[in-house]
Amino acid sequence: MTINEIQDELIEEFSLFGDWMEKYENIIQMGKELPLINAQYKTDDNIIKGCQSRVWLHADYKEGRIFFTADSDAVITKGLVSMVIRVLSGHAPAEIMNAELYFVDKVGLREHLSMTRSNGLLSMIKQMKMYAMAMHSKQNANGTV
Amino acid sequence: MNALHTTADILDIEKIRADFPILQTKVNGRPLVYFDNAASSQKPWKVIKAIEDYYTKLNSNVHRGVHHLSQKATDAFEASRRKVAAFINAAHDYEVIFTRGTTESINLVAHSFGKRFVNEGDVVIISALEHHSNIVPWQMLCEDRGAKLKVIPINEKGELNIEAFRELLDDTVKIVSVNYVSNSLGTINPVKEIISLARYNDIPVMLDVAQAVQHMPIDVQELDVDFAAFSSHKMYGPTGIGVLYGKESWLNKMPPYQGGGEMIKTVTFDKTVYNELPFKFEAGTPHIEAVICLSAAIDYINEIGLDNIARYEHELLVYATEQLSMIEGIRFIGTADNKASVVSFNLDGIHAYDVGVILDQLGIAVRTGHHCTQPLMDIFCIPGTVRASFAFYNTKEEIDALVEGVKRASRMLR
Ligand SMILES: Cc1ncc(COP(=O)(O)O)c(C=O)c1O
Repeated sequence: MTINEIQDELIEEFSLFGDWMEKYENIIQMGKELPLINAQYKTDDNIIKGCQSRVWLHADYKEGRIFFTADSDAVITKGLVSMVIRVLSGHAPAEIMNAELYFVDKVGLREHLSMTRSNGLLSMIKQMKMYAMAMHSKQNANGTV
Repeated sequence: MNALHTTADILDIEKIRADFPILQTKVNGRPLVYFDNAASSQKPWKVIKAIEDYYTKLNSNVHRGVHHLSQKATDAFEASRRKVAAFINAAHDYEVIFTRGTTESINLVAHSFGKRFVNEGDVVIISALEHHSNIVPWQMLCEDRGAKLKVIPINEKGELNIEAFRELLDDTVKIVSVNYVSNSLGTINPVKEIISLARYNDIPVMLDVAQAVQHMPIDVQELDVDFAAFSSHKMYGPTGIGVLYGKESWLNKMPPYQGGGEMIKTVTFDKTVYNELPFKFEAGTPHIEAVICLSAAIDYINEIGLDNIARYEHELLVYATEQLSMIEGIRFIGTADNKASVVSFNLDGIHAYDVGVILDQLGIAVRTGHHCTQPLMDIFCIPGTVRASFAFYNTKEEIDALVEGVKRASRMLR
């Protein structure tokens, strides 16, 4: 599936929820399914600085694709992180770099991307794109694209 | 307080709530429960109307014009200064300096007092309970002057260790700056004792009263405090304006903070003669509208009465503490014997941020995080807390909604 197909799938899933409780319960559930970061990578270097909840992010590059793992100390943040990873992980650097994450808005989670929510989500997405950008230029330099 | 003394005879809450239009807001279809008063309070009609009045009847620059409007604006501006002075019982109007807020007031003192009185090897004392705005300016000063910052420790209830403070006092200490009420924990500090201990050693004291002026009567002369700082926006007044109170004797010895218009008497390219108090510390066109409307906020507070406010808010604090303590796994951070209407807590194994998100869905506004007191959170080894802070327009029914909300969050997040 492409990044946008996954986003559409998420939007579809969320449209089934009657109220915010169900929505948040689902987010919390997704947090539990997050591909957890290997303990060895849960270091201060891999912390994404958000004001309140901390997020650890690690990226692996395999056969032209990037795979992300992560963790957070807040479960709602963990759920949001899980969603972003579901959308972006396993894709080629160029796709990740150019991805436009419209699902956050569409599933009614926009407030989590605002500056005040300082949950590290915005910085995490930025970090993922930066990683993708770095891998992309490396690929180009090696002539593999 | 005797058992017969109920809320009803302290304050008419229904009537008070009607004075604050924003309290009618609906969040996700539910009535807003505003428990983030320590961050910023809401404004009564009296203040909102005063803002309109200012721009429809008075707007003009102050202290400069000879024309009608400028004189009216200046009169209102200076009347507000007198009102503030009376509110905190300052000995002189000109001991009231208008600033942008508590933060700027503290920066002003750290800069101007520090420049004149703090040198290499000297010591500045703050406490473990301070807001970043009463830490960082002193840290910057100490770095600049080669001075040392020392910190009064706290006990596990979040109370200052006065014995330790006593031991810190010697003739290297040039100033003590502590808050009256802790914004994160609600602890009311024994400032009279702190001031008299410092006074005994001839050390001036600055009080950050940002979380005190709106909750209890403050008399700077009775306290015999040297400097005090507070913000209008936390006391039902407009944002962007605050107050520095300073004893005349200190203010006269301190150099200006910023240079510009208003703060000068005469300027030539060779030499500038500074204006007298309070203008020496008020460079540039001030936030005229907010200064004038702060006066309306003080009128409003006085109409209700700070003693009544203190009594009623204490009732809310006791009720909230009682009700919340019945929730399984709750841990209060800050359990001082003497507290203002702030309740800070965590739920076992649950991040404060998660609780805040769920409460927000329920229309309940609390603050989560470190509340700009990171060093304090480090002492308790937590990243932050959920903080509910009450004002006199809050009700026990709203506290019930908070308790239900916290229980619900606890069920969802476990
Ligand atoms: C105790 C205390 N000091 C200082 C401040 C800073 O106030 P302001 O941001 O209005 O300058 C606050 C407000 O958050 C506070 O609670």
